[in-house]
Amino acid sequence: MTSGAIIHQARCALALARKDIRIYYAKGPVIIFGILFPIFLFLAFAIGRHLTIDFMIPGLLGMILFFTSTSISPVVAPWEAQSRTLERLMSCPVRLETIILGDILASFGFGVAISLVPLILGLSLGLGVSHPFAFALALILAAFCFSSLGNVFSIPPTNMPSTVQMVSGAVKLPIIFMSGIFIPLNELPLWGQVISYFSPLTYFVDLMRASLQGQSHLSPMADLLVLLAFTTLFLIVALRFHRRTMPQRL
Amino acid sequence: MSWRKLKEDLALSEVGMSQDDAAIKVEALSKHYGQLRALQGISFEVHRGEFFGLLGPNGAGKTTMVRILTGVIRADGGRAFVLGHEAGSLPAKWVAGVMPEVANPYLDLSGWNNLMLMAELYNVPRRAARKRATQLLEQVGLLERKDDPARGYSRGMKQRLLLCLALISDPEVLFLDEPTSGLDVQSSRLIKALLRQLNAQGKTIFLTTHNLEEANRLCDRVAIIDRGKLVALDAPQRLRLATRHRHSVEVSFADRVNPEALGKLPGVERVERVGDKYRLYTSDPGELVVSLVNYSCRQRCKIISLSTLAPSLEDAFLAFTEGA
Repeated sequence: MTSGAIIHQARCALALARKDIRIYYAKGPVIIFGILFPIFLFLAFAIGRHLTIDFMIPGLLGMILFFTSTSISPVVAPWEAQSRTLERLMSCPVRLETIILGDILASFGFGVAISLVPLILGLSLGLGVSHPFAFALALILAAFCFSSLGNVFSIPPTNMPSTVQMVSGAVKLPIIFMSGIFIPLNELPLWGQVISYFSPLTYFVDLMRASLQGQSHLSPMADLLVLLAFTTLFLIVALRFHRRTMPQRL
Repeated sequence: MSWRKLKEDLALSEVGMSQDDAAIKVEALSKHYGQLRALQGISFEVHRGEFFGLLGPNGAGKTTMVRILTGVIRADGGRAFVLGHEAGSLPAKWVAGVMPEVANPYLDLSGWNNLMLMAELYNVPRRAARKRATQLLEQVGLLERKDDPARGYSRGMKQRLLLCLALISDPEVLFLDEPTSGLDVQSSRLIKALLRQLNAQGKTIFLTTHNLEEANRLCDRVAIIDRGKLVALDAPQRLRLATRHRHSVEVSFADRVNPEALGKLPGVERVERVGDKYRLYTSDPGELVVSLVNYSCRQRCKIISLSTLAPSLEDAFLAFTEGA
């Protein structure tokens, strides 16, 4: 592709992301549910355990970013197929990769924006960010990683959003419990720690603890690299398998 | 970088521009869905500036053909080109505007925002997009409703908006899959008038339709496909002539006549009763009229009405798709 073509595809991805935000994300119920559900789920496990604000905010941030970044992206493709807008999109001079990237970017923007709520809450309660650059880098990388994972959930060529929601829910909820949000990783038994290493959320929460509390289970660089590896894996899987399944939706 | 320049840049980057006169070239195209053979080695060409119709009964493969030509799905065999670019490639998509059969605009976006989104995807500069969108919406009578969400549009209005979406990039080739299907008379007429105008401006139009009268009135040539095979391809008038045995003479008499006797007149191939009239099929209507007048004189049975009927496109369609 020429540089002009690459710039055009990048612009298209942004245009599609803006479209997704307007249509799917910028809705009162989606925003409120995106904030309230993780907060209530977190409180259900945190209340009565006398956890400090330094410990609570990284976990809450992790849950909110994870839930919001994976909330809508799995159902955009089924919705578009069901509402009969996908075919028109597929006939535009836009690569499939661009369509997928647009969906991921919308999810990324939503995840980052909603994550500011617990961050502002933490800062107003006296929480300090000891490594702001690492914090920002971790937030951006994790939002992209989780959004890509959300897109992976939409690979099965069903046009029923409820089916996709069920599948993604079955994966997302266990991940929450095995990522060191409620119990610090070094307090988990060895088998628990081994399982937690398979969750990308583990590395984000660990990075949050490093940048907010100044202490972490793994080295921040290792956390960043593993998060990057997960992001790459999810992107490759999404791009490769959507190419196979997207035409089956039509 | 200007829009035109970028279009040329993109078009020339992947495959070389063909100097071929064909706007659309289809070579031995085939597509299977499991055991179903949706297209079976179809070949044809559509000339630049031509208004081309693709006819066929339900399930004949029309939509599959349009989806392959517009790059929505891939063919299993054969090749297709749009203005020399391989169908499905980005350059082919650049030069084409598409109005799919099963499609909707984004219902939560206004008509205007739908058009601006499409303009961005085709890299139309913002100012040019605004100007063109205003012109198109005015032409289809939607300018006053441009800021309303498309959710509130009637089916006819949505279909008119879809046509605007297909035209926002000022494409050289237009693919329309059943554009007037199920529309009210007003919307249908408006779309057809706009299509005629676009064709007169030199745009190549590829139309699929069930409406034979529409194809007859709009198309320079029509292809008839049935069960994935091309069964006829010619100008509508020539297709009608190709079904000569479908010429008929419709006659009514003042008194009752014996239909068997009518069937024995020279050149009559078949007799059908249509209300109070008889329709006699023949390949030589002139000779049959003379025979009928002679018959009337012999039987002393006055003819009330007599008319010759050329085969319609519908007759041709039935003849080709039913093997009649």
